[in-house]
Order: sequence, then structure tokens, then C-alpha cells
Amino acid sequence: MSESHAALAHQFDDPQQQAEAVTLGIWAFLITEVLFFGGLFTGYAGYRANYPQAFAEASHHLDILLGGINTMVLISSSLTMALAVHAAQSGKRQALVAFLLATIFLGVVFLGIKVIEYGHKFEDHLVPGRAFTFPGPHAQQVQLFFSFYFAMTGMHALHMIIGIAILSVLVVRAWRNRFSAAYYAPVEVTGVYWHFVDIVWIFLFPLLYLIGRH
Amino acid sequence: MSTAAIEAHDDFPTPTAPREHYLNVNYGVKSWLLTTDHKRIALLYLTSITLFFFLGGFFAVLIRLELMTPAGDLVQSETYNKLFTMHGLIMIFFFLIPSIPAVLGNFLVPMMIGARDLAFPRLNLLSWYIYVLGGLFTLCAAVFGGVDTGWTFYTPYSTTYANSNVMLTAVGVFITGFSSILTGLNFIVTIHTMRAPGLTWFRLPLFIWAHYATSLIMILGTPVLAITLVLVALERGLHIGIFDPALGGDPVLFQHLFWFYSHPAVYIMILPAMDVISELITCFSRKRVFGYSFIAFSSVAIAVLGFFVWGHHMFVSSQSVYAGLVFSILSFLVAIPSAIKVFNWTATLYKGSVSYETPMLYAFGFIGLFTIGGLTGLFLASLGLDVHVHGTYFVVAHFHYIMVGGAIMAYLGGVHFWWPKMTGRMYPEGWARLGALIIFIGFNLTFFPQFILGYLGMPRRYHMYPPEFQILNVLSSAGASILGLGYLIPMVYFLWSLRYGAVASANPWQAKGLEWQTPSPRPTGNFPETPIGTEEAYNYAPQEAEVV
Repeated sequence: MSESHAALAHQFDDPQQQAEAVTLGIWAFLITEVLFFGGLFTGYAGYRANYPQAFAEASHHLDILLGGINTMVLISSSLTMALAVHAAQSGKRQALVAFLLATIFLGVVFLGIKVIEYGHKFEDHLVPGRAFTFPGPHAQQVQLFFSFYFAMTGMHALHMIIGIAILSVLVVRAWRNRFSAAYYAPVEVTGVYWHFVDIVWIFLFPLLYLIGRH
Repeated sequence: MSTAAIEAHDDFPTPTAPREHYLNVNYGVKSWLLTTDHKRIALLYLTSITLFFFLGGFFAVLIRLELMTPAGDLVQSETYNKLFTMHGLIMIFFFLIPSIPAVLGNFLVPMMIGARDLAFPRLNLLSWYIYVLGGLFTLCAAVFGGVDTGWTFYTPYSTTYANSNVMLTAVGVFITGFSSILTGLNFIVTIHTMRAPGLTWFRLPLFIWAHYATSLIMILGTPVLAITLVLVALERGLHIGIFDPALGGDPVLFQHLFWFYSHPAVYIMILPAMDVISELITCFSRKRVFGYSFIAFSSVAIAVLGFFVWGHHMFVSSQSVYAGLVFSILSFLVAIPSAIKVFNWTATLYKGSVSYETPMLYAFGFIGLFTIGGLTGLFLASLGLDVHVHGTYFVVAHFHYIMVGGAIMAYLGGVHFWWPKMTGRMYPEGWARLGALIIFIGFNLTFFPQFILGYLGMPRRYHMYPPEFQILNVLSSAGASILGLGYLIPMVYFLWSLRYGAVASANPWQAKGLEWQTPSPRPTGNFPETPIGTEEAYNYAPQEAEVV
């Protein structure tokens, strides 16, 4: 059974069954991720409904330019990721390695810009906790907004870091020619994960950066 | 690994021939710690959850000892808080949640659907390591001074005021959650993609349906608990105000998020238990289970409805009256699929050829105790009555009837039933029946008085109480000592049977189901060749039922 294909795990009957299992596995995992972020979105929605003014006020203190650039960077990285999957499907090793590296590069750029943004928040005393200061009557509620800002973007960044680590492993394996047109499930699965992390950002960006801007 | 000698014996099978199976294939410690065989991982879980069970039980012993007298003479109130917190945490997160899915489910799901293993064997092993790591964190929290928030971590006490190891414990529970997620994910993928040819959904044993429904809850609910604990940790570490009313936050938000997981978590514990009972009842009645598809869909219905009833934990937590009404009605709805199961089990017994082996005794115990637990659940779902008994021993008695009288009874019944398949040995039937009886008596004596105590108004989570409650408390503590003895009996004879028990045949109960169709214990790959499903589950011959 398993001798017929090197990458077929012993518990599966054929590569098709394995591919189905792996695909279903990653989608089921993404459902858990949706619910994981869902808890944060629920809390955000509740407080934003309670304190609309403070949230709009706080949102104006986010850097819409850097956030916008980051959105573009991330969407581009989804493109390179999709191209990497395509390259894997067509068995083009060099293109696969190149696109994976490009995706990693864009991911790192995103995180770099995020670090700069976080740095500005530190300088402006907008990080929740004892050092937090904000002029005006809504200081507490603004701090709540920034609590969600850091929790949500922090969780998102953590997922990016995990994604970059997985991509790095894939680059090595692709370089060693482990993938072929017949076997590229890890690339595909990582791609699905990466797109998911992007989509989370697509929701985060307007919810955090674009409140009250018309 | 296999040797030529063993293979030679295989050609001439005799009852004593050393046959290679998953237990004797390799004896090294490494072969256990690095195994990806679902059967071995099930045994790793069995060992570790048994340890946690007795640890959690130890805390219960101290609680019942303290409650022997109205005065607080054994422990201080702070210590008492830590005792019931550790009891709850360990029993819920480290025993009940993994118990049936991670032990029996791990062992049986691939076998029942004719697969060689779960879809992701390495993830399966990883889930055990994650479980152990989470357990170590929680144990550290216990050793370094304990935690006193109750297993529910209610804010703002847990985030702002508690001076105990909330952080360590939260991290431990957070980590363990992922083991639950991985188990659920593995089951869902395995049941979808790896059923043997011909095994359609409606030919699957009900055990599989229940595990599918349970897995749905595991992957949908657990991540919400995870993010909630992250927020608690952030709040506690950095005082960011999400749950702190002093900073504009809302502690009730925590309760919503927490119960969104923790009510469905109750069904993680009871759903697989229910369909262990389906397996036992149908086997020992020699009759096809009554209303197969109703039982199957009732599992799914409970899983779905379970996500819409969390508010019944919050009837007195400043939730609006209208929300309370809706949650009350939805909670009543859960009784329907639960009752369907109970009625179908009893209908299965009707005109069956019932025999009273130990697993069946546990099944009978389950039906009675679960019914009491379920009906008192309806009391608690009624708004007015809940205001009266909220936070009293009535609630404690109710959920122990479900968790101990239900889930643990079914777990023990299941372990007895499949013990021959797991170990290749029979347990001593006489002792086992005695043990089941003692557990049943001890359980009722422990927890029935608590219904009365609660109804009379004794609040939970206090180490002192007015003297008029003493008689009932002494009864309860006496029952607990009988119950504790009852749990030690199976522990002893199971260990005894590993060496001295009679050698089990392939199918000692003459049960249907793929897991019984190969020798006990199983060979590593489960099936020499992929089986083909040709008949419905529980296809017991009709005339069998008429033979007395």
C-alpha cells in the first residue's frame, strides 16, 4: 500500500483520501480560529456599541497611512502565496521557492511596520496599563479601545509569526525538492492558513482604523 | 519488532500462541512515549486521566471531611476555597473532558469505522503531550499555593483581587484546551474521510455519532475559552480594563464568553457517555437499538442547542429578563433530545433478552441517575425556581448527578465493556458487579442529601454551615466514603486482571461492531485488510432476543 507513494501515510488507503483528510483538517482548524478571534470581536462589538464616541476618538489616533500600507502589503503577500501554490501544483521548484520567499518577505515587512506603529503608541502613552494617559473625558473608554487594538493586532501578529515559521520550513523542503505536482498538500494547506490570517486583517483594519472616517 | 519465530506460530494459531499485537509489539519506554498508534495513545490517556481522577478525588475527600461538622475545624476558608477550586479544575478539565473521547474514543473510533488509525496520528500524540503539559502547569499552581477563584475564574475577582496562582492555572487550562481541539479535529476528519467502504453514515455505531457531535463542540467551543483566558491573563498582568468595571470594562462579558464554552463543555462530557450507553444497552439486550436515527440526530441536536443556552448560568447576573426568558426556553429544549435517548434506551430493553453483566449494571445506573440529573436541570432552567436555588447545593447535586452519575458511570461501563479488547484480559465479574453496586449506593448517599440541603438554602462554596444542616452533611460525607471505596475496587481488580485475569476471546460479549471482529488485543494496524461495511449497526439476530 504505502510503498506505492513515498508521501502516503500508512493510515490512508490512497493519496486522494489523504488529500481530502488534510484539506478537511485545515478547514476545521480555521473554524476554531474563527471562534478564537470571535471572542475578541464579540468583546469589541459590545464595547463599541456602548462607547461609540470614545472608540471614534481613539481610532483617530491610529496611523491610517501605515495601516493602509500594511493592508496592501498583506494583500500582496496573499497573491504571492497563491502563486506559490500554483507553482507547486505545476511542479515548478524554483518558482515555488521564489514565491514562498516573497511571501515571507512581505510578511516580515508587515510585522516591521507593525513594530513601528506599536513604537509610536508607546511614545504617545497609548499603551493600556499604568502608563496610559489620554486627554479628555473618555480616557477610560479610549484605553479599552487600545486594549482591544493591542489584543487583536497582537493575536494577528502572533499568527503571522507562526505562518512565517511554517513558510520557512516549506522553503527548505521545497529547496530539497520534496514537493511535486502529485504531492503539494503542505504548501496548499499553509496557503489556506495564510489567506485566513490575511482575511482577519481585512476585518481588523476597518474596525480599528476607519471608525468615524467618511 | 516481529521475529521469524512469531510469524511461524501465526501459521498454526493455538490459544496460547504468542500472537503479535499492539501491546507486545515493542516493550520499550520510547516505543510508548513516541507511539503514534491510537490504541497506545488511548492507554497513555487512560493512565494519566486516572491519576488526575484520584487527585481530584483526594480534594473531594478533604472537602467532605471538612463538611462533617458545621464549624470550620479542618481547614481555613482560604484553604477550603482552594480545595474546591482544585477539585473542580482537575475533574473538569483533566478528567471529564478527556475521559471518554480521549480514552475510549481514541481507542475505538478508528476501529469502529474500519480505519487503520486516526487521520493525523502525530497530532493525536501531540494532543496527549499538550494535555500533560497543561496538567503540569495546573499541578505547579496547586503546589505553589493553589488557586481560589473556583473553576469558573469569575472576574473581577480572578483578574484583580485574587492573591493566588490564577495566572499559572489559566495557562494550564489554556494549554489543555488545545489538546481537546486537536482530538476533536482528528475525530471529525477521521469520521468524514476514513470510513471503510460501504460504511455509510447510517451504518455507523451510535458511539461514532456521539463522538462526531462532541468533536463539533470541542472545535467550536474550546477556542472561545482559550481567548477568554488570554484576556483574563492580559487583564491580570497588565490591568487593561476589559473586565474591570473601575476602568469601564464589564465583568459580565467574561461570564458570557466563559459560559459560551463551558456550558457546551458539559455536553462534551455527557454526549459520548450517552452513546457508550447506547452500545451497552443494545449489546446486552441482544436487540437492535430502538430508533437508531433518532438517537443519532439527538446527539447532533444536543451539540447544536448546547451553544444557545449559556445564559441560564447568568439568570441572576444582571442579564435582562427577556434574555433570561429566551435562555430558559432554549434550555428546556435540550431536554427533548435527551429524553429521546432515554426513552429509546428503555424501548430497546423492551422484549430484549437482557443480561446483567457489569457494563449493563453501569448502564442501568446511568439511566436512572442521568434522568434525575436531567430533570433537576429543568428545575434550574426555570427562571423563578433558579433564583431560589441558584448558588446552593441543589446545583452541586444536579451537576454531580450528570457528571458523576452520568459521565463517570458510562465511562466505567465502557472501560469494563472494552477492557477485554484493550488488554486481552477479562476482569473478575463478581468483584466488578459488587463494585458497580457499591458505587451506585455510595453515589446516591453522597449526592441525594445535597438536593435537600440546597433546597433548604445551604449555599455552595462555604466551609461552615448552620448546625441544622449537619445530619444531611454527615450522610453525604458517609456516602462519599462508600463512593471512594467503590472507585478503588475497579482500580484494584483492573490492575490485577492485567496479570491474572482470564484471557479474553476476540468477542467475549458476542457483540456486533467492527471493533470485535479481530483478536483481542488488536494487532497494531487494526485490520489485516480494509473491512467492508455490508450491514446496519447492531444487527443482532431477532431470534436471539427470544432465547432466554
